[in-house]
Amino acid sequence: MIRYITRRLLWIIPVLFAVSVITFLLMHAVPGGPWAREKALPDAVEARLNAKYGLDQPLYEQYGRWAIAFATGDLGPSYRYQDRTVNDIVADGFWVTFQLGVMAFGLAVLVGIPLGILAALGHNRWPDYLTTSISILGVTTPSFVLGILLIVVFSVQLGWFPTGGWEGPETWVLPTIALAGFPIAVIARYTRASMLEVTRKDYIRTAHSKGVRNQSVVSRHMIRNALIPVVTILGPTLAFLVTGSFIIERVFNIPGIGQFYLNAISTRDYSLLMAMTMLYAFAVAFLNVVVDVLYAYIDPRIRYS
Amino acid sequence: MTIPNEQTGRDAPTIVEVSPADARRLVTQEKVSLDKRPKAEKLLTVKGLSTHFFTPDGVVQAVDDVSFELGYGETLGLVGESGCGKSVSALSVARLVPNPPGRIVAGEIVFDGIDILRLGEDDMRKLRGKEIGFIFQDPLTSLNPTLTIGYQIAEAIKQHMGLSSKAATDRVVELLSKVGIPRAKDRLKDYPHQFSGGMRQRVMIAIALSCDPKLILADEPTTALDVTIQAQILELISLLSDEFHTAVLLITHDLGIAAGMCDRVNVMYAGRIVETGTVDELFEVPRHPYAWGLLDSLPRLDDVRGDRLRTIEGLPPLLISPPDACRFEPRCRFARDKCREKEPSLTEREQPGHFARCWATEPEGWIPA
Amino acid sequence: MATVTRPLPGQVVRERRSAGLWRDAWGRLRKNRLALVGLFMVLLLLFLGIFGPFIAPYPYAQQDLKAIQQAAADGYGIGPLNPGQYGHVLGTDQLGRDLLSRLLDGARISVSVALVVQLVILLIGVPIGAIAGWFSGRLDNLLMRFTDIIYAFPDLLFIIILSVVFRETAFGRAFDGLLMIFVAIGLTSWVTVARLVRGQLLSLKETEFVEAARAIGVQDRKIITKHLLPNGVGPIIVAVTLGIPGAIIAESTLSYIGIGVQPPRASWGSLIAEGYKWIRAEPHLVLFPAICIASALASFTFLGDGLRDALDPKLKGKQ
Repeated sequence: MIRYITRRLLWIIPVLFAVSVITFLLMHAVPGGPWAREKALPDAVEARLNAKYGLDQPLYEQYGRWAIAFATGDLGPSYRYQDRTVNDIVADGFWVTFQLGVMAFGLAVLVGIPLGILAALGHNRWPDYLTTSISILGVTTPSFVLGILLIVVFSVQLGWFPTGGWEGPETWVLPTIALAGFPIAVIARYTRASMLEVTRKDYIRTAHSKGVRNQSVVSRHMIRNALIPVVTILGPTLAFLVTGSFIIERVFNIPGIGQFYLNAISTRDYSLLMAMTMLYAFAVAFLNVVVDVLYAYIDPRIRYS
Repeated sequence: MTIPNEQTGRDAPTIVEVSPADARRLVTQEKVSLDKRPKAEKLLTVKGLSTHFFTPDGVVQAVDDVSFELGYGETLGLVGESGCGKSVSALSVARLVPNPPGRIVAGEIVFDGIDILRLGEDDMRKLRGKEIGFIFQDPLTSLNPTLTIGYQIAEAIKQHMGLSSKAATDRVVELLSKVGIPRAKDRLKDYPHQFSGGMRQRVMIAIALSCDPKLILADEPTTALDVTIQAQILELISLLSDEFHTAVLLITHDLGIAAGMCDRVNVMYAGRIVETGTVDELFEVPRHPYAWGLLDSLPRLDDVRGDRLRTIEGLPPLLISPPDACRFEPRCRFARDKCREKEPSLTEREQPGHFARCWATEPEGWIPA
Repeated sequence: MATVTRPLPGQVVRERRSAGLWRDAWGRLRKNRLALVGLFMVLLLLFLGIFGPFIAPYPYAQQDLKAIQQAAADGYGIGPLNPGQYGHVLGTDQLGRDLLSRLLDGARISVSVALVVQLVILLIGVPIGAIAGWFSGRLDNLLMRFTDIIYAFPDLLFIIILSVVFRETAFGRAFDGLLMIFVAIGLTSWVTVARLVRGQLLSLKETEFVEAARAIGVQDRKIITKHLLPNGVGPIIVAVTLGIPGAIIAESTLSYIGIGVQPPRASWGSLIAEGYKWIRAEPHLVLFPAICIASALASFTFLGDGLRDALDPKLKGKQ
């Protein structure tokens, strides 16, 4: 088990390496450097800036220097905001985005799983139809559309929540729901399907034959087994939350790192871009490992083998 | 008279004949108490049991007017090929038939003096596990992979016997030793996949015996096991049922097993019982062509190598809307017109208690004794 | 015990006759009402996408300034026209561009996204999956590690970076920026199909009829194309159909952020981005594109689910 975990963690390194190389090359494939503004800088000035930041050196050297700095935690200077380093910028927005992601994940799991269970237990009756309808809504509405609709209804029309920003709990509600919409739909569908499959299993019949109460059969025998496959989609769910968060940040004007990321792309702020791409990639890869480990842990067949 | 049900598909106009008394009884949910039970002569009396499955393709009459009796401590075999209704009969006794699509539509089941079909669901649940134990065919899929075997064995004990945690654990260890699992105490926290097939079935037996039941329903307990293990398991069941004076309803397709374990045997075919008698009667003077076919198809020591195995030609009939004729007729070498016109009923043969359902072998029939 | 043998003459063994994989599947699909609705809507979308420009009341980029001024003069204030005003069935945006026509252009874009992206996915995914599945061993391992890397890359990020990087190039400008979007989305989504194809080949490879074909001397390539692929095509069709909603969402999200299709093309996503400013006064500018997106997504999802149930009814009820 320990070996499995270490193996999975070590695998992140080559992945991150590949990601960094690809991103790096892409950045430098673009004509125009980080100094491109509306007004072009005089060549001499640009040359001096390039020299200062080492942008006139061969690519592999630049990459090497970046990689070493990155490994030691120095994310580099920001080309755009010249008085701040990337570390500063990331620190500011990171916790905001992190909080949004955690809340959306919690909502997705706490709503999605019970919905799926209820749908399966009330198969072909109203809980099932309700859950299936919610699933369809969640799957056919892109998160930014959902966010905008929520704003229209609950903010503009009803005035219950503010339209954006990140100041206090009222501003947390709508973005969290918008971000969690799709995962709720997927998790509910998966849980329902898994529960229905478990219901048909032989060991459920055995439980009934022992005279176990219905509630206990459901809670002790069914749910535990049904949730195991559901864990496998938590990985992609987390990846979705990571990338989906910055769309939602744009819709609701939330000062997380998503906003900075989008700006960094258009202004070609190299350090910021590299750092944030790596951050996202690492987050996704690490979360996937966590999910895999969780899966191996809760299934006794894998844990003790 | 039709049984109203919402599950019948539009293209399944099957009419099930049920006497008014039976219909009334099945529809009312009159509670029968578990505590006050009249003294019964036999542990289990099944009369006219019919269990049907309402599927989109039609109503499958899996068990059709089946009757048998089981005495206290007796071992009864239910023998037949796949699909003949033996498993469903056992499930019906414990009211474990999956509903939808299955339902007991007629009959009477009296267990230890209690009318099972009139029990409330909660009381029925109290019987299951406590007085009626079940051993299923495939121990790998019949045990919950995410719960320890200690928990699974103790579950029924804690549910029905109200023992403390410690007392329950002690009993589990005792049971495990009884079924022949070495170092029982150490294995309580193990999971089913950590046991071999034979061991798992022993665990199932422990579960079935956990509350000292009066009846054990064993549904093909050895079919999924290696041949070498089969004998051990069967012997275990035999031993334990003797020791605890537990009655066993043994379901199997294997005549050899029935011969070794049972006092009496019922042969089932296409949802009906076609012959019933003691083991000796069945093996020495069988009175039904299907039984002959079964016995004949057993490989024998004096068979010539290279010869084909003897089989019974044909396939069992579909159990949807069967006609009023002998169900074995299409495959029977001895069939005559009478067999196609009317279905024979179970009639007693030379020995009292030995019944068979066949026109040909009746005293007036065309096959001499 | 009697073994199962042939039925006797005269014995009726009622067995459902199979008319072949596709006929059976079509029969099952026909019974599924939701899937039929999806199919109808997909066909409708295809029709609108292809013939949109011909049935649109106005060119999608044309500004009807006269109507705007007229509305202002009539006291409606300056701004987008409401549905039904001045000859615009669904209204206009603030520049006077007819919304219905722009929605039709959006339909065109969505249809192209759906088709071209899946084409890219098939072109990349099928060969890679087939190679990995057929020549298992080290090549398979290598390819699977490669797909792991792709899988780990946050896809939206990659697409965004790609689009921004190539924005100024000829490749980026082809077809109003759509070509680049298609390729980018395709590049990040082929992994599922590749894994599917690989899985199919791996399992089918071990079956006996492949061994038999090999024994007779049929070439590997022929085995793949003539025997294995036709059998494996079903799940691939399902995967492709169910992958389309993802592509449409990706494209509309990108347009919403401002990456992707270049103005004045009217992707539904960019329509929402533009219309957001007017959301209080003129919600129709956001509402209608949103409804279009939801309908398109729903139709492919229903159809895809229906196809999956039709092609393998054993999976019914499962994911």
